[in-house]
Amino acid sequence: MNNSTRLLLAAAVCVALAACAKQVKEEPAPPPPPPAPAPAPPPPAPTGYQPADLDTDSCLRQRVVYFDFDKDNVKPEYAAILSCHAQYLKDRSSARITLEGNADERGTREYNLGLGERRGTAVSSALQANGGSVAQLTTVSYGEEKPTCTDSNEDCWSKNRRVEIVYTAK
Amino acid sequence: MKRVFALLLALLLPALSFAQALEIEISGGSAAALPIAVIPFEYLGMSVAPDTDLAAVVRADLNRSGQFRTLADADLVEKPIRAQEINFATWRLLKQDFILLGRILDSPDGGYRSEFELFDVARQERVLGLSLDGRPQAMRDVAHQIADLVYEKILGVRGAFWTRIAYVTATGIGPGTQYALMVADADGFNPQVVVRSREPLLSPAWSPDGRRLAYVSFERGNSAIYIQEISTGARELVASHRGINGAPAFSPDGTRLALTLSRTGNPEIYVMDLASKALTQITQHWSIDTEPAWTPDSQRLMYTSDRGGKPQIYEVSAGGGDPLRVTFNGDYNARATISWDGKKVAMAQGSGNVYRIAVMDRSFGGLGRWQNLSPGNLDESPSFAPNASMLIYAAREGQRGVLYAVSADARVRQRLVFADGDVREPAWSPFRQR
Repeated sequence: MNNSTRLLLAAAVCVALAACAKQVKEEPAPPPPPPAPAPAPPPPAPTGYQPADLDTDSCLRQRVVYFDFDKDNVKPEYAAILSCHAQYLKDRSSARITLEGNADERGTREYNLGLGERRGTAVSSALQANGGSVAQLTTVSYGEEKPTCTDSNEDCWSKNRRVEIVYTAK
Repeated sequence: MKRVFALLLALLLPALSFAQALEIEISGGSAAALPIAVIPFEYLGMSVAPDTDLAAVVRADLNRSGQFRTLADADLVEKPIRAQEINFATWRLLKQDFILLGRILDSPDGGYRSEFELFDVARQERVLGLSLDGRPQAMRDVAHQIADLVYEKILGVRGAFWTRIAYVTATGIGPGTQYALMVADADGFNPQVVVRSREPLLSPAWSPDGRRLAYVSFERGNSAIYIQEISTGARELVASHRGINGAPAFSPDGTRLALTLSRTGNPEIYVMDLASKALTQITQHWSIDTEPAWTPDSQRLMYTSDRGGKPQIYEVSAGGGDPLRVTFNGDYNARATISWDGKKVAMAQGSGNVYRIAVMDRSFGGLGRWQNLSPGNLDESPSFAPNASMLIYAAREGQRGVLYAVSADARVRQRLVFADGDVREPAWSPFRQR
């Protein structure tokens, strides 16, 4: 993917997320250090997210992004969730997330591994576009191997087409 | 022959402890199937009769091939065990084309010697007469080999009853699920565990010598490909890159492994030289490219790609190059499996919420002649028998995965229900070495 496509994509995600009050700086390589060197200047010290917020913050507690059948685009209703997780990554440079991509049972298992990965990558891109750094994000696809629901109907399938946001370091 | 069986015994002994209940249902049937009477093989030795009813195993094999229709037990009005006891008029009256009879003797090494003879009823002639030695625990193998020899004698095609299947079972639900990679006889008997895991296992693939399996395991957290020797359990990790490590397939010449890696950020087909482990990237496209299958000459690969929007089967040289689209029938075609002669390609074909097994016959050129092989809703993972007379595939019934064996003409289906839960990902072995 060349740079202009990447930019375009980032812009597209940004528009979709509607969470672009903050300027999106396209500098994917160096993770911006958390603006909190210990002692001297800033009086409003712990403004950002803290690890405890993962258990208490109503936005951060939402860790699953659902997808449409055979689709890997992140739907607009997940903009807020992804925005707050991205903010958390920004605030806590030591935080790490594994994005677990999943598919429903329809279609072949190996193809669904590919589909799960695409979904994981889509969420990863959205988090990066909102301030998370690539070094903080890992994607793993389980395809259709880890369903949360095992009935063969749309209700169940829709629960399985998902990316789970798993914090491996807070 | 004897030596082969001694060896076989060593392989089969530990398997017996896993033998378990298996439900077999045969549906369908064919008017064109050849009628054959398989007479019970009487034990004439001085010791204890074998546990296995050889004639019953042979009958089940012949029936599920779709090519034969065996005479029901109740209609066996005479039970000859030697040539001179055959009253051909009886069998003509019963409209039988062939009679198979046999007897079981003691073999010098403590096992059994099974003598069997095949007769053409119309010609009143013996067309086959052989004996096979086997240890008591290996009598099902003897029966499968007899069925193979009968099949080959009458149809001129090597039988594939004495083969095996690999498959994956999942027991339990949620995080407590236990996975196992299993190997069983082609009729589902004698299941044995190859590897157990608390993380998903999938995509078993046989080496062409039938001694090793390549498979995908998530035991390291991410997908990884292992190659494991079945008899010893010795295994090697051959692919554990960032991203997907999936869809292993041995080349028929045994020198290479095709696989899918997404280490570049996107699933692509690679070929690994098994001696050096060197990788050659075959596809390069932003789409999902996966599920490579070798053509019988080891020269080309068919694979699944959604570069056209939906998954379809494509074909490319095993050295790389421009791919050609193969399937133009159906919205969703994936996971191709190719018959030994390269003429037939089976795959999972999706339409709406329904996924079934379809076969494309390329014998006649053009875009191929298509046939649907399965009636289910979520049928997948077809795998040809090494003689292409049958296929095995996975189906979903309720919340449970089951396996079906189906004759290549789709007329006869057999459901294999295993004791341990959800069964999926069947792969039919190559021929075993006689």
